[in-house]
Amino acid sequence: MASGSTASAAHHDHNYLNHEKGLWSWLTTLDHKRIGILYFITVALFFLVGGIFALLIRTELFSSGQTIMTADDYTRSMTYHGAIMVFFVIIPGIPAFLGNFFLPMQIGAKDVAFPRLNLLSWYCLIGGAAVALTSLAFGGADTGWTFYTPYSISMKPAVIWMVMGAFIAGFSSILTGLNFVVTTHKLRAPGMTMNRIPLFVWALYSTAIIQVLATPVLAITLLLLAAENIFGIGFFDPALGGDPVLFQHFFWFYSHPAVYIMILPAFGVISELITAFSRKTIFGYTAIAYSSLAIAAVSFFVWGHHMFVSGQSEWAGVVFSFLTMLVGVPTAIKLFNWMATLYKGSINLSAPMLYALGFMFLFTIGGVTGIFLATIATDVHFHDTYFVVAHFHYVMVGGTLMAIMGGIFYWFPKMFGKLVNDTVARWSFFFIFMGFNVTFFPQFVLGSMGMPRRYFDYLPEYEYLNQLSTIGAYMIGIGFVIGGWAVIQGLLNGKPSGPNPWGAKTLEWTTASPPPHENFIQQPIVTAGPYEYR
Amino acid sequence: MSTAKTGSGYHHAHHYDSAEHEYVSSKQGVWLFLCTEILMFGGLFVGYAIFHHIYPEIFKVGSKFTDWRLGAANTVVLLGSSFTMALGIYYSQKKEQSKAVAMLAITILCGAIFMGIKYIEYSHKIHLGLLPGSWYTADPASLVKYVGDMEIPSNLPMYFSFYYMMTGIHGIHVLVGMGLIAWVMIRAMKGEFGPHYYTPVEGVGLFWHLVDLVWIYLFPLLYLVS
Amino acid sequence: MNRGSERSVMPQMKQQLSKQVKRAMALGAALVAMLADKSVLASTLMPPAVTKTAGEVDDIYIFLLVSSLISFIILIGGMIYFVVKYQRRSATDKTAYITHDHRLEFAWSFIPLVIFMFVFAWGWKVYHDMRAFPENALEVHVMAKKWDWRFLYKNGKEVTSALDAKNERVPATMVVPVNRPVKLIMASEKISANSTDPSDRPVLHSFYIPAMRIKQDVVPGRYTALWFEAEKEGDYWVFCTEYCGAGHSAMKAKLKVVSNEEFEKWLSAEGGGEMSLADVGRGLFGSQACIGCHSLDGSRLVGPSFKGLFGAKAHKVEGSSVDVNEEYIRESILNPNAKVAAGYPPGVMPAYAGQLSDEQILALIEFIKTVK
Repeated sequence: MASGSTASAAHHDHNYLNHEKGLWSWLTTLDHKRIGILYFITVALFFLVGGIFALLIRTELFSSGQTIMTADDYTRSMTYHGAIMVFFVIIPGIPAFLGNFFLPMQIGAKDVAFPRLNLLSWYCLIGGAAVALTSLAFGGADTGWTFYTPYSISMKPAVIWMVMGAFIAGFSSILTGLNFVVTTHKLRAPGMTMNRIPLFVWALYSTAIIQVLATPVLAITLLLLAAENIFGIGFFDPALGGDPVLFQHFFWFYSHPAVYIMILPAFGVISELITAFSRKTIFGYTAIAYSSLAIAAVSFFVWGHHMFVSGQSEWAGVVFSFLTMLVGVPTAIKLFNWMATLYKGSINLSAPMLYALGFMFLFTIGGVTGIFLATIATDVHFHDTYFVVAHFHYVMVGGTLMAIMGGIFYWFPKMFGKLVNDTVARWSFFFIFMGFNVTFFPQFVLGSMGMPRRYFDYLPEYEYLNQLSTIGAYMIGIGFVIGGWAVIQGLLNGKPSGPNPWGAKTLEWTTASPPPHENFIQQPIVTAGPYEYR
Repeated sequence: MSTAKTGSGYHHAHHYDSAEHEYVSSKQGVWLFLCTEILMFGGLFVGYAIFHHIYPEIFKVGSKFTDWRLGAANTVVLLGSSFTMALGIYYSQKKEQSKAVAMLAITILCGAIFMGIKYIEYSHKIHLGLLPGSWYTADPASLVKYVGDMEIPSNLPMYFSFYYMMTGIHGIHVLVGMGLIAWVMIRAMKGEFGPHYYTPVEGVGLFWHLVDLVWIYLFPLLYLVS
Repeated sequence: MNRGSERSVMPQMKQQLSKQVKRAMALGAALVAMLADKSVLASTLMPPAVTKTAGEVDDIYIFLLVSSLISFIILIGGMIYFVVKYQRRSATDKTAYITHDHRLEFAWSFIPLVIFMFVFAWGWKVYHDMRAFPENALEVHVMAKKWDWRFLYKNGKEVTSALDAKNERVPATMVVPVNRPVKLIMASEKISANSTDPSDRPVLHSFYIPAMRIKQDVVPGRYTALWFEAEKEGDYWVFCTEYCGAGHSAMKAKLKVVSNEEFEKWLSAEGGGEMSLADVGRGLFGSQACIGCHSLDGSRLVGPSFKGLFGAKAHKVEGSSVDVNEEYIRESILNPNAKVAAGYPPGVMPAYAGQLSDEQILALIEFIKTVK
């Protein structure tokens, strides 16, 4: 697709990995690719911690009554699992790691617009995590990741640390989003019009808009919550004339768009994978690109569906239910477009493609169950039950995490110039996919039966489904261990990959693997769209 | 980040085509950042609107403890500083170094005067025990001379929560702005700015105008609401 | 873009898809037949429905389940079919160059939109009935705290949890009559009514009866309400569904639906009928000096009369109007200047915040309700 590509650079000795040496060169790097790798390591570590909390939770729930921990420890495990996975894994997962690395490369830029802010954003994430985890020294926060008032304003220092950690991590998200918007607007290669940018970039661009516009509202909300704890300012405290439900409005005004911060980049990854492994142009480029923007826009007006039973007025509930239904349409468009892309393709079932197909399977379930929850009458029954837990895990894990895994295996050869053992990577998919369904499908049934979420103990009749769910969780754990092993094995012993092992068409595959310090030896000139498989 | 020298002799970062390209990109970044600031203050203003609707009386009584003359003085000081900031950008662009530095110095001085007046206002309220939320310790008898025969509402402390949260977060922005202006002033002293490169002065200037703008809303909402 | 090749492949593609759709519909029809039998659903997925509303919710649930299955089969069936059929044979496979098709894209945008709008409207209708409170329902006050429920009946009868001989907690059992609407007025309270410990504060809870498919958050500082009309006698679970701390999952209660006669007998037995809530309220009306300013016979004293006050629609207050319900009375006791009745001066009535307990306020409300 691009003239002036630099396949000869494959023989070039210098790449971003050996451009400079030593730990210090990494900690002070302004290269978007190195910052992407820093995020990779960080997010992987947080995922490990969050995953251990997940397994602790599922182990406790293996049988009714107390199994391995007290109710106090359970509520803390649940809080840390949620907060770590949301704020430190899923939100930075795709944009800050894969996005940082590949957004500039896919549009033919040498770097992001503001490299110093990019590095600062990584330090914000690290700093935020350090502050958040300091809460453990104060006995640990037990509010759940949603920090609902008035439970969260009982003057516990652990909660203040946790909240301030999330506040600082928010700046990481804002800075990344700001960088991506400006980079996409201003640093595209000659000929790279907005109608030619890869769909991954479209997805990241839509995400970035949400990050810039929604995160500041979370910032002020968390600041007010901290002030409520320290000064008793009374905004959310009914004892002082405040309104606890106001907190929920403020919180979800950010946190519902944040759900799309988590899933939109995954849509972008899947678009890349489906075309590359079908070796076929994407079906409905425009529809997929603009549906991302549509989802980003509507996402700001649906927050009230988290509050159907909070006591908000019937009219508010109905309006939010209506708007939430609208999100379903662009989502359905994407799924159908991906399916149509497979038609008459040349489908290669390598590990990344298995992850993409697994994404479609799981995300479809996550998507349709979202309609159950958007429908206001059925939501009253499902609200805050395991049905909701299953739904958002199908979207966040079945969706986003599958996309991250697919993206890692797809871009691994580009990032490190080496091949991953595809068989091992496929085994990781098999365990994660099977384990995922075994874990979370029973939770839909549990929710229908009426088992509320965040329960330490449950009625004996819910036990066998919970046991199934716990067994599935261990299968997922095994799957991720295998996946981690595939990555480490690839890093140590992977065969050289060459610049474009998959025969993909986007710009990052036209340069050497690993890429040189400034991505392209010669400035790429773009003359056609991103997926010209003819 | 390594910088590249172009024909014009001015520095721009290696991943931009030209100094002009870097300038427009940076300016877009600053505007986006200002959007995030507006949304953050927006959260406070929405909270204010909601509680003003529920408890109009606490804002009516609370504003009696503010001195509109001090608030107005601060408004004038900040507006003036926005003007000198604009001149600072103008002179930086013209490469009239000593004038630019003088204007930036006056802007910082205005910021300091603003914070000084804020200090007087804060210490007056703290002395009376008019603190936010549960820290409020004011003795009703000592308040009579401010409110006259108006009844003191039981949740008056909430007014002071808004007062301190809004002016406090704004005050932090003034301090940060003063620091940023000092930074560009030092760079201006070194003669780094000229017609081809004055992005940092312009960016800091935009930030300073936003800080000014926020105060223009805070002044009537907190001082003149009665 | 090559329009020619696109045209030539599209009819084939549509044929394939329509075949897919037909298969899916056949399978869907079979599933509809299976799922539409409500007893199958009830016994496997949901607890037995015991109200009319619950049955209506289940109808939507079944519809959603079936339509989801059909869309899942279309999407994932199609995906698997294409993956199998178009697996890569060689490294040089030629693929079709198809960029878009407006009719197909319109179809898969518009059809889901229609389904979503239909489900939305249906859900709204059922929800509207859930929130339409019937007149003359039996009213029960529900008090939630960390981590227990208690129930107050108008005649003063109180139901709390207890400990059995083995020191295990027996959850509080709310008894209600069958085939009679019941309205719950819910409030959140502290663990200990007189505690000044800042960490003992009322928090959010949520009252959930799975068998009735209804749920409502209990919000500190205000009353929320819920109603139901049980059609079957029996014992049902009540769960707390808003996270409220370590004891969240232990915060259960029982709902016992009995015949009307049995209910009346139970209500007047031990603890009931001696001192009704309204009687307590009448006492407070005198002892708290309400009597000095509010008449019971409609005559104007310093404040408005209580006669016929409760339930008044569009009661005029300074600047606007309100419906007089539990929430308004409560607010007017605790913070009298918030909404002063039109024509009366503000700042006259003292605020009773901190002077009266939650239960005393309830009693006063119940008393005011009786002044017709």
